[in-house]
Amino acid sequence: MNGRRLWAIVIKELRQLRRDRITLAMVIGIPVLQLVLFGYAINTNLRGLNAGIADQAHTAGSRALVMDMLATGVVSPVATVNTPQQLMTMLRRGEISVGIVIPADFERRRIDGRPVAQILVDGSDTAVQAAAAQLAQTPVDSALPDTRAPPTSTPRSGRISVVGFYNPQRRSAINIVPGLIGVILTMTMVLFTGIAIVRERERGNMELLIATPLTSAELMVGKVLPYIVIGLLQTTVILALGVWLFAVPIRGSVLDVYLATGLLILANLALGLLISTRAQSQFQAMQMTFFIFLPSILLSGFMFPFAGMPKAAQWIAEVLPLTHFLRLIRGVMLRGAGLWDLWGDVLALVAFIVVMMAAAIMRFRKRLD
Amino acid sequence: MSADEAIAIRARGLTRRFGELVAVDHVDLDVPARQVYGFLGPNGSGKSTTIRMLCGLLTPSAGEIEVLGLRIPAEADALRRRIGYMTQRFSLFEDLTVRENLEFLAAVQGVPKARSRSRIDELVGQYHFAEQRNQLAGTLSGGQKQRLALAGAVIHEPELLFLDEPTSAVDPESRRDFWEKLFDLADTGTTLLVSTHLMDEAERCHRLAILDRGALVADGSPRELTSALQGRTLVVDAIDPRRAQRVIVDLPGVLSVAQVGSSLRVLTTEPVTAAEAATDTRHRIDEALVAAGQQAATTATPANLEDVFVAVTRNPMKPEAHAA
Repeated sequence: MNGRRLWAIVIKELRQLRRDRITLAMVIGIPVLQLVLFGYAINTNLRGLNAGIADQAHTAGSRALVMDMLATGVVSPVATVNTPQQLMTMLRRGEISVGIVIPADFERRRIDGRPVAQILVDGSDTAVQAAAAQLAQTPVDSALPDTRAPPTSTPRSGRISVVGFYNPQRRSAINIVPGLIGVILTMTMVLFTGIAIVRERERGNMELLIATPLTSAELMVGKVLPYIVIGLLQTTVILALGVWLFAVPIRGSVLDVYLATGLLILANLALGLLISTRAQSQFQAMQMTFFIFLPSILLSGFMFPFAGMPKAAQWIAEVLPLTHFLRLIRGVMLRGAGLWDLWGDVLALVAFIVVMMAAAIMRFRKRLD
Repeated sequence: MSADEAIAIRARGLTRRFGELVAVDHVDLDVPARQVYGFLGPNGSGKSTTIRMLCGLLTPSAGEIEVLGLRIPAEADALRRRIGYMTQRFSLFEDLTVRENLEFLAAVQGVPKARSRSRIDELVGQYHFAEQRNQLAGTLSGGQKQRLALAGAVIHEPELLFLDEPTSAVDPESRRDFWEKLFDLADTGTTLLVSTHLMDEAERCHRLAILDRGALVADGSPRELTSALQGRTLVVDAIDPRRAQRVIVDLPGVLSVAQVGSSLRVLTTEPVTAAEAATDTRHRIDEALVAAGQQAATTATPANLEDVFVAVTRNPMKPEAHAA
């Protein structure tokens, strides 16, 4: 490994990058775009669902319950009808997403402790279902004037017959932003180096390079180094926006955040290089990148909880760098863990980097045949 | 050792197959040092493949190569420091400036740091890039790109320079300048191996080898090659050259007929007995033209490299190949 030749490659890459407006735009554009998309648009807290109400009880208590439900802001009333059948029709037609049914014997049921109301939900959208579950949490007893409540009665949930499940006042950004660092880096880093070698081949530069004393290792490492800096730059953009826009906490040390990110960057760059030695064209390199990206996003635990996946999917996920990175970054940022607490995942990433880089250097032969 | 000094490249039985295709077929080659040696051949004749094998970029399927006393491909790494290679396609970085390209190559080719700056300035001056030094290579003209590629290929002052069809995309004026540069380099002791499919370029070489379908079919100096065709080339000045061509082309002893303006250039087959056969053919041509009522005058003319090329690449057993 000759330092001067290595440096020559680094400088060359940086100079080329400086003139490559689109790639430069990608460096900053992708993190900002994704962060805003995931942070704002992909919001799992639904609000303002269209609701139809069939209050057959018409008591002060039933009216109070409906008012409480509306006050959550999750639903907004668009129709008031008489029967649950009418609500079902409206649901089927898509006019409403949620129907609230309060039966005529509301008061009796309340005293008996039986379910007092029913929420009909458009189950074709899981997000709506989850949101509707929130409604079911409306306390039935608090809707009554205190004097009329039996002395033994305490506010109880489960009185509305959609079973309520886990419902924090969810702020999805906090969960998403740390993972998003990993997703964005996986996407951009693999792509950058994925096309790095193929591009030289497509443009005819490779024939020049292999006729020089440049070694495979110098070429590979020289191409990776500039992108480490780029990756850390992206990380900074995401972190800054995450903290500024979504008040995402960094409970562990910032150094650990960057160390973990550095490992992921290296892993993805090495993977990209390996792709680059295989691909015949820049287009092929992009296809292969997508091939890696999709399982990463789906299996790593970014979208779906890791624990809920079948064993086979978990094994695949263990091979993906993003899986290990997510455990590290969530641990450090949200739980305030140190990297040493999560040494298993650190080790996995290091092993991945070493194997991929070695494979890339060995695969790249300084020959045209 | 004296043989190594005189011969820069020696190849024996050099062969390269790509699957079924034999791109280079048992080529024997001796390239003398400090000369401009040409590879003449049509596209697909194996010129580039041969050059790539000689540089160690491509592994031969069979055969032995010795370049500058090094065994190739085994010692290709050591060779890379001593050779320059100018590719057929412009292979410098189009999104780097002239100067940045040269800086990159200086570093990669191991030009000593202290010498690097002065060497680049020297090349910028010699190759007339003073005004374009900060221009992106991609925006240079064809001729300028070739010049830059040559400057890049010689930045480390190689002993041996391979040039693969260096001027195929360049106007005649730039090509003249370019060849001046090549002879300057030969003058300072560099051996140059240039591939081309252009006759006028081949004519400039000290020596050349003619390649056809992967085989080396002739080699020698341009003069040696042309004088071997002594007496076999004729010029027929005809009123109606198209019709005269049809009359002549199938005559026995006629290898090829090509129209050059209003005259025909005729190459006769190799004479069986010295010069007589050639004159026989000339008589046959005259008689055939008279019989066909064509007014024409036939004169002998010195052979040129194109004649050599046609003579060595055309199989005389298949005259119909030209009738079309």
